[in-house]
Amino acid sequence: MTNDLVFDIRDISYAYDGKQAALENVSLTVRPGESLVILGANGCGKSTLLKLLDGLYFPTSGTIQAFGDPLTEAALRRDDFNFAFRRRVGLVFQDTDVQLFSASVMDEVAFAPLQLGIGREEVLLRVEQAMQALRIEKLRDRPPHRLSGGEKRRVALASLLSLDPQVWLLDEPTSGLDPRSQSWLVEFILKLRSEGRTIVTATHDLGVAKEIASAISVFDESHHLVASGAPGEILGDHDLLHRCNLSHFHVQEAQPVR
Amino acid sequence: MSLASSKALPKRSHVLEDTLHGISETLERGLFAEEISLRRGLLQGLDARVKVLATLALLVGVSLSRNLWVILGLYTLAFGLALASAIPADFFIRRVWLALPFFTGALILPALFITPGPVLLHLPLGLVITQTGLNSALFLLLRVSTSLSLALLLILTTPWNTILSALGVLRVPDVFILILGMTYRYIFLLLHTANDMFLSRKSRSVGALSNANARRILASISATLLGKSLNLSSEVYLAMQSRGFRNTIVTLKPFRMQRRDWLWLFIFLAVTGLAIFLGR
Repeated sequence: MTNDLVFDIRDISYAYDGKQAALENVSLTVRPGESLVILGANGCGKSTLLKLLDGLYFPTSGTIQAFGDPLTEAALRRDDFNFAFRRRVGLVFQDTDVQLFSASVMDEVAFAPLQLGIGREEVLLRVEQAMQALRIEKLRDRPPHRLSGGEKRRVALASLLSLDPQVWLLDEPTSGLDPRSQSWLVEFILKLRSEGRTIVTATHDLGVAKEIASAISVFDESHHLVASGAPGEILGDHDLLHRCNLSHFHVQEAQPVR
Repeated sequence: MSLASSKALPKRSHVLEDTLHGISETLERGLFAEEISLRRGLLQGLDARVKVLATLALLVGVSLSRNLWVILGLYTLAFGLALASAIPADFFIRRVWLALPFFTGALILPALFITPGPVLLHLPLGLVITQTGLNSALFLLLRVSTSLSLALLLILTTPWNTILSALGVLRVPDVFILILGMTYRYIFLLLHTANDMFLSRKSRSVGALSNANARRILASISATLLGKSLNLSSEVYLAMQSRGFRNTIVTLKPFRMQRRDWLWLFIFLAVTGLAIFLGR
């Protein structure tokens, strides 16, 4: 696994059940240390792309290379490749209830390093550090279904931080969060970025994109990648954002309430 | 415009309300049990494995003892432990004795009347209560109430996820414990979803709802929940794979036995031994 690129995606398409298109002819590269934001409206295929990059789905056509090696079902069946890949790449799901499946917060944070062969003492140390970093020590014995939305998001991030992957895939990380939690999360992502982690974030929140992106790729509602570029260039193109259902103009002006 | 109508609406079916009430009650009960398990009390401070082993040992003691006074002593012990563990006495008694007829009613009633032995009381219709029948009924009643009390103590003083982890001491496979934990966790999630769906339906229902319609709604909500749970299960599997799960599971076993845990384990085992010896 050696290459200058983290991901090299060549002309991939993906369709659910072989019929329902989610991505069409997408080509994209992700460089080490980059904070790439995937912008697109609901249902444009952002989450599907992240699952493809995490080796959970496999393209109907086209190829994905991760760290210079083909990311395929056959490759992930090999223990050596699977361990190396899963240790380097982590995905935070949009729905935290999906991500948090363990019976307690501590079990959740310990899950990934334990499965990936890290020793018990080292896991305990990592769990403590991750819980401290995300300020969730007091939640350690709580079951995830008793947590608030913001707490669940922190636990989801801690469950990846304990693994400390090089590449973070974040699916709509700020959805459903109050402004304070959103601001905290942006700070967290900026810290990861400053530490040299590669981050791929799927979102339709232009404000978040502006704060965290070093590069942006835009998907339209017909599942095509329509633009890639620097944040200033993409976010300044109002026609593009409007066309892709990422910004809108009001026809009616607000009337004072009588 | 007045929201109150002068025309009385026909009586509605209670199927939706009853289901909603049942779901809310289950959620509340879970919340209350969890709140008790986090209180500072005698049993809450013990290692979960000690509680699992002690509960099993005392249950064996209750089953093997053939002396009514010994079983009564074990019930008193359970009640004392409940008080020392910050469990409200009235709640503890109600939870056991209200559930009792459900477990024992069908057995106790016939045993009272049909067990042969010296007659104690003559009843109308030629029915008699015998001394042996009364003894059998009392034994059954005390055995079940003491067993329920012991099990309730374990459940109320230990978070469910900790009980599951402690099952490892009984050599229950890790993967089985993980599945049980996930089942419990997602039952709550689906209960919340079901609650929201029922509330949403209720907020849009005006006027009478026939039993047939209420059942139809119930069926459609159940079908939607089934679909959601199937989707959830495949997503959860992906989330597990994403973090390195490959069909075998490695778990953290964070328990550490301390001196007081060993002491209490010894006490509980000694009480069990004594109960079996005295109750021969």
